[in-house]
Amino acid sequence: MATVRKGLPRRLAGLASLRAVSTSSVGTFPKRVKIVEVGPRDGLQNEKNIVPTAMKIKLIDMLSEAGLPVIEATSFVSPKWVPQMADHTEVLKGIQKYPGINYPVLTPNFKGFQAAVAAGAKEVAVFGAASELFTKKNINCSIEESIQRFGEVLKAARAASIPVRGYVSCALGCPYEGKISPAKVAEVTKKMYSMGCYEISLGDTIGVGTPGGMKDMLSAVMQEVPVAALAVHCHDTYGQALANTLMALQMGVSVVDSSVAGLGGCPYAQGASGNLATEDLVYMLAGLGIHTGVNLQKLLEAGTFICQALNRKTSSKVAQATCKL
Amino acid sequence: MQSARRAQRRVQRAPHLKVLWLGGASPPRCWRHPPQVPPHRPGRGPLPALARGAAAVRRAAAPRRPLPAALSSGSLLSPPAAPGSAMGNVPSAVKHCLSYQQLLREHLWIGDSVAGALDPAQESSQFSGLPEYVKIVEVGPRDGLQNEKVIVPTDIKIEFINQLSQTGLSVIEVTSFVSSRWVPQMADHTEVMKGIHQHPGVRYPVLTPNLQGFHRAVAAGATEISVFGAASESFSKKNINCSIEESMEKFEEVVKSARHMNIPARGYVSCALGCPYEGGITTQKVTEVSKRLYGMGCYEISLGDTIGVGTPGSMRRMLESVMKEIPPSALAVHCHDTYGQALANILTALQQSCALITLPNQHDAATLARRMPWLKEGFEVSFNRVRHNIARHRESSYFPPQRNAGRLRPSLESQKRPNLRIRKSTIYRRLEAGSHEKES
Repeated sequence: MATVRKGLPRRLAGLASLRAVSTSSVGTFPKRVKIVEVGPRDGLQNEKNIVPTAMKIKLIDMLSEAGLPVIEATSFVSPKWVPQMADHTEVLKGIQKYPGINYPVLTPNFKGFQAAVAAGAKEVAVFGAASELFTKKNINCSIEESIQRFGEVLKAARAASIPVRGYVSCALGCPYEGKISPAKVAEVTKKMYSMGCYEISLGDTIGVGTPGGMKDMLSAVMQEVPVAALAVHCHDTYGQALANTLMALQMGVSVVDSSVAGLGGCPYAQGASGNLATEDLVYMLAGLGIHTGVNLQKLLEAGTFICQALNRKTSSKVAQATCKL
Repeated sequence: MQSARRAQRRVQRAPHLKVLWLGGASPPRCWRHPPQVPPHRPGRGPLPALARGAAAVRRAAAPRRPLPAALSSGSLLSPPAAPGSAMGNVPSAVKHCLSYQQLLREHLWIGDSVAGALDPAQESSQFSGLPEYVKIVEVGPRDGLQNEKVIVPTDIKIEFINQLSQTGLSVIEVTSFVSSRWVPQMADHTEVMKGIHQHPGVRYPVLTPNLQGFHRAVAAGATEISVFGAASESFSKKNINCSIEESMEKFEEVVKSARHMNIPARGYVSCALGCPYEGGITTQKVTEVSKRLYGMGCYEISLGDTIGVGTPGSMRRMLESVMKEIPPSALAVHCHDTYGQALANILTALQQSCALITLPNQHDAATLARRMPWLKEGFEVSFNRVRHNIARHRESSYFPPQRNAGRLRPSLESQKRPNLRIRKSTIYRRLEAGSHEKES
């Protein structure tokens, strides 16, 4: 019927874009996901109580036994700024380095990089931000200048054949600037990738992002950087971490940062949760049939151990549901 | 300008077609569907034309409300307890500033500038494979409170529900008319139902597990009820001491009585993604129970992940199975956060409801009917309605002149349908003829 056919295509044509997006977003997930465990560094450094060196080493060893492929061990920063990470050299030398597991360390400057290499680091990480105001207020320089500083670290790392991982903070929102444009995140990410970082972790530092914002940001970044070189680091401050991670997986990202027992907290919101809990992430990925190589039982044991050491309740819902304590 | 007006009129004249594609049901004409009440949006105007046609999909309107106390009092701005903690290489002492509240106002929809903040979200949701509107059913006063250890006094329950009514929620499950012997927390069901202030535009369903509870609910002033089924035999036996079949027979009586009194009934299916006794639940069982409840007259079926064990993968598989029998507009999800998966499962369900309206051949009605048998009925109705509307508005300037003006396509000419295409001149002639007859 001529008149009705005229009506239908017009209606459905408008939905064609919706159709294309939705069919691609519902069904496709990566077959394997690499989980980067940031609990010993990003988690512990945001905790109130300082953990003794021996317990940090035990935690990292338990996480290695759980099968996590990447465990961020410590951070070579000045103890004046981050007292929890004062024992960085002892921790890096004391942990048992399992074959097949990477132990990156954070090195904000060249001095830290040298100390890390001297302590036996085989992989380093550098931190950038997508917000000018955040960078200015925190390290007193612009994004451009901070990237130049990392340039030294990257050059030295390339000379020593040490891979460098990049982090981009405030990818979905900044406590000072508010909304961050996806184009800015893409620009910073591209810069760090072109300077030699093998992987860039896009961090929702204050946890304000939602799946829609995550999708827009990743769409912009994926035009500049291949998706295989991207990771997401979601915070659970507003409970959106797992939903944001799911959206990122649907977009093709296959590396996710998380923290055992949801360690970390948020300095901007008292009592709020921090990083995405590794147990919850592993539970979801196992349900989706995605291979992670992580033993959930051993991971839960590591989480219980560190929570007892820190004298705090776990932030992981899976741990709360399964723990008999 | 003219094409925009034409598009708007097209939507208004055929809202059911648009709503069908968006996953909404056609406007209610029977007892099955609850009356179309515009969502309660204090301080804001009515929803745009698109939303008025959508039956069960509505955006949860975000009313203007003051910032939460924790934020407005500035406690957020106080420095953290441990001055040494930092994120990355960033010392914490410099991480707080006044613009964080600004962030919340601009970035989130909490705060004053609600109208502006919502537009970008609306824009992105249209292209992100998500429904345009989502109806949130608040089950805190019933499902929430009845699982709490502390028994809440009646006046506090009433105050709680009254406060929820002011937030803009369109459906609030008030209480449960069960025996106080089984659920002591809900012993004050009649007092709560009679004591709450029922806001116009907000619906207040109550749980009625049997006929006795239903009569009590109606006597207390309930205008909507819900019944609870389960997809697991063991769960049903241990919870309500009868098999699924026996429970369905009880609900049938309740729903039948509700139909006679024009009271809409909502159905729940527990253990849709897992049972604490049986473990995994097959999608066929969930579909069977949901179809049974839908067939007996429930206008909406809420699929519950009772113990929170579901993950996005199992949610998708379950919904794929159920949506073959029940339209997405009649489905809801009720996810528990026991394993932290609730929001991810809900996101999957929202995407799934939109993914349903995706077909290999968009003009192939046979494909549509094959993939979704329930859609066939709706599709044919819409087809006829569209033809009817087009015929009715034939003479209006909205439709450009057609070569076969006034006639159906030859293949359809032979079909016996009422001739709805009447020219104005014919109408005037008939009126005149009628008036002449009267005169004579």
